[in-house]
Amino acid sequence: MATEAQQDLTKKLSDYQYGFHVETKSIYKSAKGLTREIVEEISRQKNEPAWMLELRLKALDIFNAKPMPKWGGDLSGIKFDNIHYYIKPSDRPTRSWDDVPDEIKETFERLGVPEAERKFLAGSGAQFESEMVYHNLQESLARKGVIFEGTDVALQKYPEYFKEYFGTVIPAGDNKFSALNSAVWSGGSFIYVPKGVHIELPLQAYFRINAENMGQFERTLIIADEGSSVHYVEGCTAPTYSSDSLHSAVVEIIVKKGARVQYTTIQNWSNNVYNLVTKRAKAFQDATMFWLDCNLGSKLTMKYPAVLLMEPGAKAEVLSVAFAGKGQHQDAGAKVTHLAPNTSSTITSKSISKGGGRTSYRGLVRVYPAAKGVKSRVVCDALLLDANSRSDTYPTMDIQEDDVSIAHEATVSKIGEEQLFYLMSRGLSEQEAATMIVNGFIDPIIKQLPMEYAIEMNRLIELEMEGSVG
Amino acid sequence: METSTVNQSLNKKTVQAPPVKELPQVFYKDIILEIKHLGVSVEGKEILKDFSLTLKSGEIHIIMGPNGSGKSTLCNALMGHPKYQVTGGEALLNGINILELKPDKRAQAGMFLAFQYPREIPGITFGNFLRHAVNAVQKANNPEAKPYGPAQFVPIVQKQFEVVKMNRQFIGRSVNEGFSGGEKKRAEIIQMSTLQPKIAMLDEIDSGLDIDALKIVAEGIQNVFDRTNMGVLLITHYQRVLNYLKPHFVHIMVDGKIVKSGGQELATELEKNGYEEYAPSQSGMRK
Repeated sequence: MATEAQQDLTKKLSDYQYGFHVETKSIYKSAKGLTREIVEEISRQKNEPAWMLELRLKALDIFNAKPMPKWGGDLSGIKFDNIHYYIKPSDRPTRSWDDVPDEIKETFERLGVPEAERKFLAGSGAQFESEMVYHNLQESLARKGVIFEGTDVALQKYPEYFKEYFGTVIPAGDNKFSALNSAVWSGGSFIYVPKGVHIELPLQAYFRINAENMGQFERTLIIADEGSSVHYVEGCTAPTYSSDSLHSAVVEIIVKKGARVQYTTIQNWSNNVYNLVTKRAKAFQDATMFWLDCNLGSKLTMKYPAVLLMEPGAKAEVLSVAFAGKGQHQDAGAKVTHLAPNTSSTITSKSISKGGGRTSYRGLVRVYPAAKGVKSRVVCDALLLDANSRSDTYPTMDIQEDDVSIAHEATVSKIGEEQLFYLMSRGLSEQEAATMIVNGFIDPIIKQLPMEYAIEMNRLIELEMEGSVG
Repeated sequence: METSTVNQSLNKKTVQAPPVKELPQVFYKDIILEIKHLGVSVEGKEILKDFSLTLKSGEIHIIMGPNGSGKSTLCNALMGHPKYQVTGGEALLNGINILELKPDKRAQAGMFLAFQYPREIPGITFGNFLRHAVNAVQKANNPEAKPYGPAQFVPIVQKQFEVVKMNRQFIGRSVNEGFSGGEKKRAEIIQMSTLQPKIAMLDEIDSGLDIDALKIVAEGIQNVFDRTNMGVLLITHYQRVLNYLKPHFVHIMVDGKIVKSGGQELATELEKNGYEEYAPSQSGMRK
């Protein structure tokens, strides 16, 4: 048995090219488990204002009081006592890669982070374990008043934004994991885009877990002021270990009148990470919030990017791709709440299950009374690559107004023998043929990505498809 | 004097410009496909029984027969469709039994099937699909060969589009998606023209085509045949494709077997008398 498990791990390591880890000397590492003292220590280490510590401790009480969710995926494997809640890898974030400790820098170089920044980013952040180790923004944008900082630094420098917005989109008590994040949050990005400023190139943050039994709880807050626009991209990976890690982020976004925010995720966690993330945006008059969510990897992902459409003319778009391989469950979807008239939403979800993997679409569209003229369209398509894989759809529609236009379509298809044969008859191997069909299936979503990320996604899909067919 | 030096170097440059990569020029000789005592069943039902036929490069064979005679089964089984189970016999392509190979290996060995109902592959452009196919076949036959890049490949496919007078914009469209029946058939010929198979099987390539499209498709087949000297196995209900394509052999297939072989005159005779003589048990036969 042991040998089998070992072989399985070796295979996992070879399939997943981000499974490496480096030896580091962390500055501070909390003992395993979660206590009031650890929360206090995190706050002390960060030299936080008293109100933030108070917020953390309140959240800890909520976390302890709330039962584990009974829906979604199987959470019984999470051992809250076996997790390091805070690991501080370096002293403070720097603006130069030269000042990042060597082994951490090497990690991000292997992940292509500095190179991406040189080539096509307006700004870049890199989080290692619990802290941002690097954060930088193009000088020209800083001069226009754009703020792009690690959340901890931003709390020190711009407390007024935090007093006004922190926890207003996702209160600690929203769910058990938002409470956990609120208690032990560390790292993440803070973005403020001033009125009328358009950031052409994406801002990127890369989140890396390195240690075993690590809990990563970054907290991101984005404020797009009136008439501004920004595209934020996050990527995430972790080493492959035989025991589990936990990633539980909270992302809050405020999209003010006429502004536009695109939030793109390319998640590729190793198969031992529980990924339980709460993401929500408030969109005001004529504002647009666009979530583009690509979920690969992880053991279990539960993530439903949400938009509250607060004022007339606000728009929500959620595009998501989920890929579940052997032993993986992607429980993903979207939530849109129409609180005002003439708001609109589009949810498109594409999921692929392979080798016994499981995907679920879980969605909610809610229209409040008097929200007349609302338009909403939900499309979910699932593709099953073999007979023992699974896909489920749990769409919920809660429509409390008659003057609305709501559409919902769902399809489940098996990868077709006829399609495979057609492609193979032209000389493509079964794996190449299946990969081509999968890439075609998610193409409508990949097209929405900047070219560099589209190439990366196609490459990741190819890696996922390797060895998928006999 | 200096001026002439400049001119010379300019000339030199023109000559040394990188050559546009073309498809390799092929002209097949001594290709032979020997189908011997082939038996095929579909979902437990025996369709082909003891079927034998020999096909060589430079030959066009036409198999005609009524519905359900096993014509499509023959092509699908030879290409390796998983639904078609070979129950006996062999198909030797220059001595190699292709029935033991997966469909992709058969394609790499030089087999091609133009489908009666080509499949749609949403989200994958025709040009990209065909480039990957050509690269896969090329790599299998010559591991050293450099794969075609997208920019290199476009002019090559554009040329093949001319073979069947098809609008090049289809290069950027998803494979067969939203193509009309006729466009799908033309796209099959474009694939054949690009892949340059040794043996091409065309399954009802003429069905659903109006007279103009039929002419274009038939001329396209003739073009690739003349260029490559491949062997052709064309399957049809109708005699009308023979107005444009001159076969060397015509076979009549009934109930899983060839019941008569001959030259073009056999097709003319069929046109007049139908299949009644060969398949008296079947009624309402099409001509």
